[in-house]
Amino acid sequence: CHAAIIKMDLKKKKKKKLYWAHIWMHGTPSICQLRLILYILHVCSVISRFTPEILRKGIHGDTMTENGCEYRERVLTMDTMNPNVKRVEYAVRGPIVQRAVQIERELKMGIKKPFTEVIRANIGDCHAMGQKPITFFRQVLALCSYPDLLEDGKFPEDAKSRARRILQACGGGSLGAYSTSQGIEMIRQDIARYIERRDGGITCDPDNIYLSTGASDAIVTMLKLLVSGEGMSRTGVMISIPQYPLYSATLAELGAVQISYYLDEDNCWSLDISELRRALQEAKKHCSPRALCIINPGNPTGQVQSRQCIEGVIRFAAAEKLFLMADEVYQDNVYADGCKFHSFKKVLFEMGLEYSEKVELASFHSTSKCYMGECGFRGGYMEVVNLDPEVKVQLTKLVSVRLCPPVPGQALLDVVVNPPQPDEPSYDTFIKERTDTLATLAEKANMTQEILNQVPGIKCNPVQGAMYTFPRIHLPPKAILEAKEKEQTPDMFYCMKLLEETGICLVPGSGFGQRDGTYHFRMTILPPKEKLKIVLAKIKEFHQHFMAQYS
Amino acid sequence: FSVERGTSLAARSLIAGALDQCSPLTLTSLTGVRHKSQGPSVEKCGQMRFITAEAKASAGRLEGKLREKTLTLDTLNPQVKAVEYAVRGPIVIKAGEIERYLEEGGTKPFSEVIKANIGDAHAMGQKPITFLRQVVALCTFPELMDSPSFPEDAKRRARRILQGCGGHSLGSYSASPGVECIRKDIAAYIEQRDEGVPSDWENVYLTTGASDGIMTILRLLVSGKDSSRTGVMIPIPQYPLYSAAISEMDAVQVNYYLDEDNCWALDINELHRSYQAAKQHCQPRVICIINPGNPTGQVQSKKCIEEVLHFAYEENLFVMSDEVYQDNVYAPDCQFHSFKKVLYEMGPEYFNSVELVSFHSTSKGYTGECGFRGGYMEVINMDPEVKAQMVKLLSVRLCPPLAGQAAMDVIVNPPQPEEHTFKQFHQEKSSVLGALAEKAKLTEKILNAVPGIKCNPVQGAMYAFPRIFIPPKAVEEAKALGMQPDMLYCLRLLEETGICVVPGSGFGQKDGTYHFRMTILPSIEKLKVLLGKVRDFHIGFLKEYSGLE
Repeated sequence: CHAAIIKMDLKKKKKKKLYWAHIWMHGTPSICQLRLILYILHVCSVISRFTPEILRKGIHGDTMTENGCEYRERVLTMDTMNPNVKRVEYAVRGPIVQRAVQIERELKMGIKKPFTEVIRANIGDCHAMGQKPITFFRQVLALCSYPDLLEDGKFPEDAKSRARRILQACGGGSLGAYSTSQGIEMIRQDIARYIERRDGGITCDPDNIYLSTGASDAIVTMLKLLVSGEGMSRTGVMISIPQYPLYSATLAELGAVQISYYLDEDNCWSLDISELRRALQEAKKHCSPRALCIINPGNPTGQVQSRQCIEGVIRFAAAEKLFLMADEVYQDNVYADGCKFHSFKKVLFEMGLEYSEKVELASFHSTSKCYMGECGFRGGYMEVVNLDPEVKVQLTKLVSVRLCPPVPGQALLDVVVNPPQPDEPSYDTFIKERTDTLATLAEKANMTQEILNQVPGIKCNPVQGAMYTFPRIHLPPKAILEAKEKEQTPDMFYCMKLLEETGICLVPGSGFGQRDGTYHFRMTILPPKEKLKIVLAKIKEFHQHFMAQYS
Repeated sequence: FSVERGTSLAARSLIAGALDQCSPLTLTSLTGVRHKSQGPSVEKCGQMRFITAEAKASAGRLEGKLREKTLTLDTLNPQVKAVEYAVRGPIVIKAGEIERYLEEGGTKPFSEVIKANIGDAHAMGQKPITFLRQVVALCTFPELMDSPSFPEDAKRRARRILQGCGGHSLGSYSASPGVECIRKDIAAYIEQRDEGVPSDWENVYLTTGASDGIMTILRLLVSGKDSSRTGVMIPIPQYPLYSAAISEMDAVQVNYYLDEDNCWALDINELHRSYQAAKQHCQPRVICIINPGNPTGQVQSKKCIEEVLHFAYEENLFVMSDEVYQDNVYAPDCQFHSFKKVLYEMGPEYFNSVELVSFHSTSKGYTGECGFRGGYMEVINMDPEVKAQMVKLLSVRLCPPLAGQAAMDVIVNPPQPEEHTFKQFHQEKSSVLGALAEKAKLTEKILNAVPGIKCNPVQGAMYAFPRIFIPPKAVEEAKALGMQPDMLYCLRLLEETGICVVPGSGFGQKDGTYHFRMTILPSIEKLKVLLGKVRDFHIGFLKEYSGLE
């Protein structure tokens, strides 16, 4: 019956269309005209099926009013959408990157530009910038994906034994099976042992390890647990400024309160405890601060925290009852002499029972950074320390809704924490590849800082670690004025112009947060050395032009 | 089996269940010092908390041991607490415990746990499709391109995928909506599947399994307060991802019941009833359909889909159609109809206005590649501004796993008849689907032969959702233990036979009816044994609780 109604509805509407077409033709139609009308209608319907959305929307909208139907509002519009989504901002893939994609298309179409390619220095995407994957990792993954290769003589034995071990831990011996939601148990054990080695023997319980879809996933999950309350008691989360915008985006989406503490640019972006205290006291007036996020080594700022600083942070978190979230995805990316990575967990446990038994800590790691740079596999894990057992049950439940993190990413993580040993055939190649990658990064970190600091109006802190430089740029008042007229932040205006003129894609500092009246950009140090030199030279030239133009 | 053991087991899970049910108030009174984060006097509590925090700040270091945790069940996000996900719930945790117990040399009346709780094809012994794995291996380790043991067809696909990846590596991030050439392949596939209905590749978004896509869309849709809060219509029984996501986002769940007496068909009158009832207290804005059904296995007729779409059109509802089982149709008189195709055939009025998102995944079908977490969604008629917001939201998570994207590409772009690998591919595909069809029939047949079990035909998907009769005495016992009767049934089934199935209460069912969901995935031999055990258990259970010896 309903189908019949639908058909009738359709017929009625078709008749109406004919009627309107008839009016449009003025007068009684001849057969010839009728045919024409039918033809036009046919063309219209064909167009409406094949034209791009915007065009189609136009045609369609007309028909609706013509028909005398009420205009059918969309269910999901900007007005009815989840308002928290609107507040989310994520500069690393924001408008500037969208413009970069457009320019790339324009270049492909043959449109002339003052450059021949877009260089994406906006995101820490190592392989896209030409870094080679570690052979051993990929061998193990290929073996896991296609186990027939285990019979292939070309693969080294150590890769095969790793692959066999991983597959044995997978359901049905296949990467295609779901794992437990927390991650494959054997891999969690391997990670726990790796953490123990890294932290000089401090014990790590595999049950405290949760594998994740990249570190981002785990960070979002942890924040999701922490957010509660209304009004004054709404959860506040302390994040550094500048920060990696995943944090601000997630807090916006969850409707939590962002509490900004500023890193000290004049002091190599170091973290100052008195600034933490200031931020916290201010925030307590309007929310309930419950978590403190630290990124070490810093993104976008590249500083590596001293042990003393970490101790201070832990003491502060203990006194103020804050849940600590330590984002340590760049733990292998430390370049500066005299700097060393200290894990929050290690420092926490070395501070004695008073702290190690009570401070709640989640630390995050990933396959995307360090010397691996395997972003696409979305591998990652978090370790939770002192998490309330009841909350842990809830955490496990929450992650189970998403079933499991991608198993190839889990497998990759296993090889990262369990790399070739000195007595194994792949050891030499592995060490060489790893050392080369890290040495090149160190060299590029140095080079970037050196060249940028030569440019008048650019001031760049040393890139002690991670993969970015976050130089401060001096922008003349005239440029700031023009930006305001265009309703852009001044550094967005600067970066857009840089993109249009040189093809270099950077992210404006406003996307990460900065002190009012200061301007920065974030740029990765990942392009190959030769290319990086060119990029830096182009920035230098651009900056000088820019200054000349607006002074 | 002794009743005593049953009770102690039940008591244990009661404790587990109690954790969820315990009100924050009780815990507060238990521990004395915890701070409430919810309840009527939220404001006051919030202030108190901050005053105490300040007061303690100086003394904090001395009172080390007394320090309360920051994150407790009281202070936890209440929406997280509300989430329930039965497919990996208490029964599965219990199954894991038993497995470990067996591994450690413990004895049970069975030698292994059979996990029929989840649609995990490979874990149940289904073999991966060779061609798919060859392409993924080639993408992962491109040195293999020189290997003569890989077919040219696979190499060609791998090369094409790698060309779409930054730095020609699976290790680079893709664009947040997915690799462009894969999106194009998907659009071409959809057009072919829907016999020419146009598909724009820019409407296709890759996801981390279909679940991720479903969550993303729901996240966009949830807004409003109180009676204007978004209501989401979902079938009952449903796949619990929906109810879990709705709880997590604090949306309103609007149930419409599938008609068990009519092969779990969707009845349009029931949609109307449910919609009207919901309108009193929320704003229903979206309807979710699972076709073929999970856990119910029905395949919707074209007429039924037309009715649903007409209903959505009339009531201004956003349509989410979960079509991850589109290749899993077994009943000879059933055919999969995509919502999009039906919408198109209903004419431009509908096709140009109804907002529709459909989901697909690598995890089901004949590939069963769950671990790769590949999936996509196609979005139709979405407001362009909202689309931009969605892309922004997706970009925060950077991108779906590349290996999963590559697997998805192979599924939408499989070997063609003129290619060398076609024969093997085709043979593998039909053998998987053939076996599934056989198992679907077998399951239905054997279960229906058991008195007190009634099972609808498994027309599609991977599950049977039989109705089980539970004697009043058992229902009473379960209630006394504070658990659902079908949970008691499934726990005992697990304890006695090692078979892990999910109680119907995890999916939702009409009050007073009881079911369980089991997958049809174990190998035919194993499935026969399994069904035999279920039969024996059921008969024993009935005897025990009916007093009929």
